[in-house]
Amino acid sequence: MNSIDPVIWFFLFGLFAGAMKSELRLPSQIYDFVSMLLLLTIGLKGGIELANQPFSTLLPQMVVIVGMGFLLPLFAFPVLKHIGKFNRADSASIAAHYGSVSVGTFAVAVAYMNTRGIEFEEHMALFVVLLEIPAILVGIILARGMSKETQWATVGHEVLLGKGVMFLLGGLFIGWLSGPSGVESISPLFFDLFKGILALFLLEMGLITATQLGSLKRYGVFLVIFGIITPLVFAVLGTATGLALGLSIGGTAILATLFASASYIAVPAAMRISVPEANPTLSLTASLGITFPFNILFGIPLYHWFASNGQSFLVLQNIGQ
Amino acid sequence: MNNNNTKLLTIVTEAALESRLINDIEQLGALGYTITNARGKGSRGLRSGSWEASANIRIEVICGPDLAKQIANHLQKKYYDNYAMVTFTSDVEVLRPNKFSD
Repeated sequence: MNSIDPVIWFFLFGLFAGAMKSELRLPSQIYDFVSMLLLLTIGLKGGIELANQPFSTLLPQMVVIVGMGFLLPLFAFPVLKHIGKFNRADSASIAAHYGSVSVGTFAVAVAYMNTRGIEFEEHMALFVVLLEIPAILVGIILARGMSKETQWATVGHEVLLGKGVMFLLGGLFIGWLSGPSGVESISPLFFDLFKGILALFLLEMGLITATQLGSLKRYGVFLVIFGIITPLVFAVLGTATGLALGLSIGGTAILATLFASASYIAVPAAMRISVPEANPTLSLTASLGITFPFNILFGIPLYHWFASNGQSFLVLQNIGQ
Repeated sequence: MNNNNTKLLTIVTEAALESRLINDIEQLGALGYTITNARGKGSRGLRSGSWEASANIRIEVICGPDLAKQIANHLQKKYYDNYAMVTFTSDVEVLRPNKFSD
């Protein structure tokens, strides 16, 4: 396996150090800084590319993506409730985590494509924002119904003005307004250092993931299976969506990765506020303890394979007709 | 106002609640508060503060005994069931008591 990216080794290193109960930890301000840089970089790259896209091709894509953002948690919810036997609040909360996306996983997928020189639509960063939000709303409604108790203004404020969405949108706008030549002056910090920053981020993610492993034993087999099967099924849906939208192989693989990924920042925060009776340990154990490592270690190469095979399948079918 | 009649209300809870709690505390009539980041362990497990979901805060409010009681009761009713939260009050002597109550 010469193809393991060094950033993945950083994740495994963090995981190992955490599992060994080492004193290692990233100061929390550094972690904040590193995740801020990642979000802004992803936003900036997407924004530059956005300027080149005619709105007429973008809009249908955006509508489909938002629609899928609403659908994904609805697929996960009944499985959790009826097969997993979780209560309503927990099922809704976990479903929201899996319907939403993980920016960290997205960043690893981008690094994977870059390393292999695989082209993809850089404006995928916009899809990250679009996929982040709908699942949160669906999760709250699944847990509560359209209850009057839900303070939608507060929820909206939390979700839209939260750190993740704000940095991504800020980056998108600045990239869009500045264009490729304008962004050149700040590219040493944001683009040249991307892999190094990602490595530090993944080191911390490894340490955090290690803290979730303890609760894994407590919550058992269903959560582990759910944490692996769900990304696989959602990745197939993502591959199909990507191909239907006419994305490149790289773009389709990244969209599949986004569908497969589960949130561990925006959704936990929103669920904590809006569905407080849901047990946060359950959803974080699944999304961080299982799905995140599964996706970055095995998922992304697999989703790349899905995308290239899906593409060739389509080509063959067209020839056949 | 008697110095001994001033209370320090301390709340240790999840960072996710910060903006809500500040809102509640101000609406109930507190004139100020201090927030610090905190780490620790309690009945809901270790709160290591290493990232968003495990971040804790400590909110301190200096106020009269009635308001301290009122805030504590409100928090107990609204948040104790579902959140990691500890509140306690202590007597404090402050130098300018009029600063902390109407």
